[in-house]
Amino acid sequence: MANFYTDNKDLRFHLTHPVMEKIVRLKEMDYRDREQFDYAPHDFEDAMDNFDRVLEIIGAICAEVIGPNAEDVDHEGPTVSDGHVTYARGTRENHEALTRAGVIGMNFPRKYDGLNFPMVPYVMAAELVSRADAGFANIWGLQDCGETILEFATDEIRQQFLPRFNKGATAAMDLTEPDAGSDLQAVQLKAHFDESRGTWMLNGVKRFITNGDAEIALVLARSEEGTTDGRGLSLFVYDRNDGGVIVRRIENKMGIKGSPTCELVFRNAPVKLVGERRMGLIKYVMSLMNGARLGVGAQSVGIAQAAYEEARKYASERKQFGKTIDQFPAVFEMLTLMRIRIEAMRTLLYETARFVDTYKAWSFIAAERPLTKEEREDLKNNTRLADIYTPMVKLISSEWCNRIAYDAVQIHGGAGFIKDFPVERLYRDARITSIYEGTSQLQVVAAVRGVTTGGYLAQIREYEKNEIRPELDHLRKELITLTGDFEKRVAQVTSAGNNELTDFHARRLVEMAANIIMGYLLLHDAQRDAVYTASAELFISHAVSENLVRSEYIGAFEEKTLGLYKVS
Amino acid sequence: MNGIKIVVLAKQVPDTRNVGPDAMKADGTVNRSVLPAIFNPEDLNALEQALRIKECYEGVTVTLLTMGPVRAAEIIREGLYRGADDGVLLTDRAFAGSDTLATSYALALAVRRLAPDLVLGGRQAIDGDTAQVGPQVAEKLGWPQVTYAEAMQFEGEKLIIRRRLERGVETIAARLPLVVTVNGTAPACRYRNARLVMKYKYARTDTELQAESSDYIAASRPFIRITEWGVDAIGADPEHLGLSGSPTKVKEIENVILQAKESKHLTSSNADIESLVRELLENHTIG
Repeated sequence: MANFYTDNKDLRFHLTHPVMEKIVRLKEMDYRDREQFDYAPHDFEDAMDNFDRVLEIIGAICAEVIGPNAEDVDHEGPTVSDGHVTYARGTRENHEALTRAGVIGMNFPRKYDGLNFPMVPYVMAAELVSRADAGFANIWGLQDCGETILEFATDEIRQQFLPRFNKGATAAMDLTEPDAGSDLQAVQLKAHFDESRGTWMLNGVKRFITNGDAEIALVLARSEEGTTDGRGLSLFVYDRNDGGVIVRRIENKMGIKGSPTCELVFRNAPVKLVGERRMGLIKYVMSLMNGARLGVGAQSVGIAQAAYEEARKYASERKQFGKTIDQFPAVFEMLTLMRIRIEAMRTLLYETARFVDTYKAWSFIAAERPLTKEEREDLKNNTRLADIYTPMVKLISSEWCNRIAYDAVQIHGGAGFIKDFPVERLYRDARITSIYEGTSQLQVVAAVRGVTTGGYLAQIREYEKNEIRPELDHLRKELITLTGDFEKRVAQVTSAGNNELTDFHARRLVEMAANIIMGYLLLHDAQRDAVYTASAELFISHAVSENLVRSEYIGAFEEKTLGLYKVS
Repeated sequence: MNGIKIVVLAKQVPDTRNVGPDAMKADGTVNRSVLPAIFNPEDLNALEQALRIKECYEGVTVTLLTMGPVRAAEIIREGLYRGADDGVLLTDRAFAGSDTLATSYALALAVRRLAPDLVLGGRQAIDGDTAQVGPQVAEKLGWPQVTYAEAMQFEGEKLIIRRRLERGVETIAARLPLVVTVNGTAPACRYRNARLVMKYKYARTDTELQAESSDYIAASRPFIRITEWGVDAIGADPEHLGLSGSPTKVKEIENVILQAKESKHLTSSNADIESLVRELLENHTIG
């Protein structure tokens, strides 16, 4: 029986990371639910066994249902009639299989019919679903919206919406508008409080809304008349049963075609306010976006894995000049680099998920009792790390996913350019990952704070202290050298006191930090399991040359050269 | 049909679908140790039908019934993970070596004790391929039987069943009580449900609990027990069970080894294709 979870040893390896013991204990609040819920774990081993078993169910559904449906879904796509969306047949089948398996609302507390899983196994599930069908992964992954309802809405709203996820309700985040894409401060959709009906009402248009006809939608709208910036925006929750929103059309996209991208018209759509007025963009959407960015990270790793599997299979079967093409250096180098980059992206993804898990767990505990000084410190530290790692994961994994999909097509040669092979779809599906939920360029803007404030460097110094076997120590020495070089270039760029220069080099600096961080993470993986030693060796040797290119460029760059790049 | 009680007959079988070279022992019997023990595939189709009926009506219960060694309790757990309400494991040394006649005798007695309205089972098990047990159970109960079912739904009191036959499809109506055997062409069984897995992974028979000596499970999850029935529980006559109750005797086992000479290598040339067509016409394989 094919299974995307059990056929990939990396997943169990990351699931059993030593920090999980703490994460699960915090998330389960010392396993107190066991008295009340017959499916709650009674200790750490029990919880881990649950994650493993549930991921096995998801892995089976991905390999046996969602993956095999992907091609038909790509061709058929969703349709619109009478203002509402009908999914492709395969999409409905996928959704039903996952709903029946009870894996929607995985993170929610049990009192809202969730499974109370931490982010780590949830992100793994997202990776698995994305490997099977990246377009469908959006529909499934929008259960993230529930997290925002859970964190910021009143208990009445939570009761109304959260238990519906487990029964198969789909969700959407309605943020973008024709004139508000990357710049969400420009959102115009109008919210007004209707005194006679005692409810908020929405009017206006939203565009590029993934799964826009969902049962539950979080909507960003302008609640403060006369305002023009982000401080006039609030977040609302819309229930499709109440009506008032129609889908005007769906976009004809390059990839992820199974996921309907909608243009929505709101006509007196009644909604409920989530949290406080004016905090919509500043606080709630930022949190929503962080979750979505981690989701795109998982999606990118999933697509990359799928592309790699296709390329490896094809290269092992295709014969030219009397041997299979995977025997030629030009091809096996590509294949191995694909695999190593996937391992590097994946270890960064789960490191980030652990930071997110830790700070979220502390936040929920903080809602019940005051935290001690050490606990508050741990909350703060993990929040900070999650904030700088999330854009890094999104940037690196989406860009590398595109590169891996590109190479996978290349390995297929002419066959890869024909629609008969899945790699053609994967190549198109990959393209959106570096664009939506904030382009790569915007991820750099968020990530560069980790460069300029020293956040990445501090964490790299922490990694340096980890125990390493003597035979791996030469790798740590390489990384220490890279770190010194990174520090030097950061100082050089920031000391010029020219913000435009910092922005110009920002991506290079973020990528240098990312290479060092992924190098350390792979080194620690090799420390925990020697099977990762070769990956650490190869990755770090590449990191050395990749960082050298960037370092030399920055080193030789003169401030005045910036002018030559400007477009008039 | 609100409130009906359904029993699903299920068997744990060696997975004979992917057999390797060591699947048979030298003496010609199945080497069960190398073949994973699985839920007989068509019994899963039967379980799905039962779960669908349960979803459509109020108060329907689905009970799994299996006969086998203690490890066959795994089949009951698999059923619970998918939505069955409970299960009974028929296990006793006296059952060992039963052929289809002895097996159906024991199953029919257990069904009588459970007193359901509807019994569903797979058409046949992949280890024996006899397709006899379902019909034999029906005969022993004195109930009507419908075989080769691939879809069913109630219309009033009647169960409308679509049968998949060799040369077509037949739709019939039947009244309860009834035994139905389900084809592999029926919809595949649903996947395990996350919450049910987390709950029922602790479901144990009393024998299993004693072997594991897990105080935690016994103390904290007393509601999760799999019923174990032996010969006495179903009031069976040991003479009708096991080897003494089984008229089927294996006279001889022959290993059939397909020789390479039984296959032919053909190219795609017109001459080769023509000679093949001629040969097939001559031996009346086609035409």
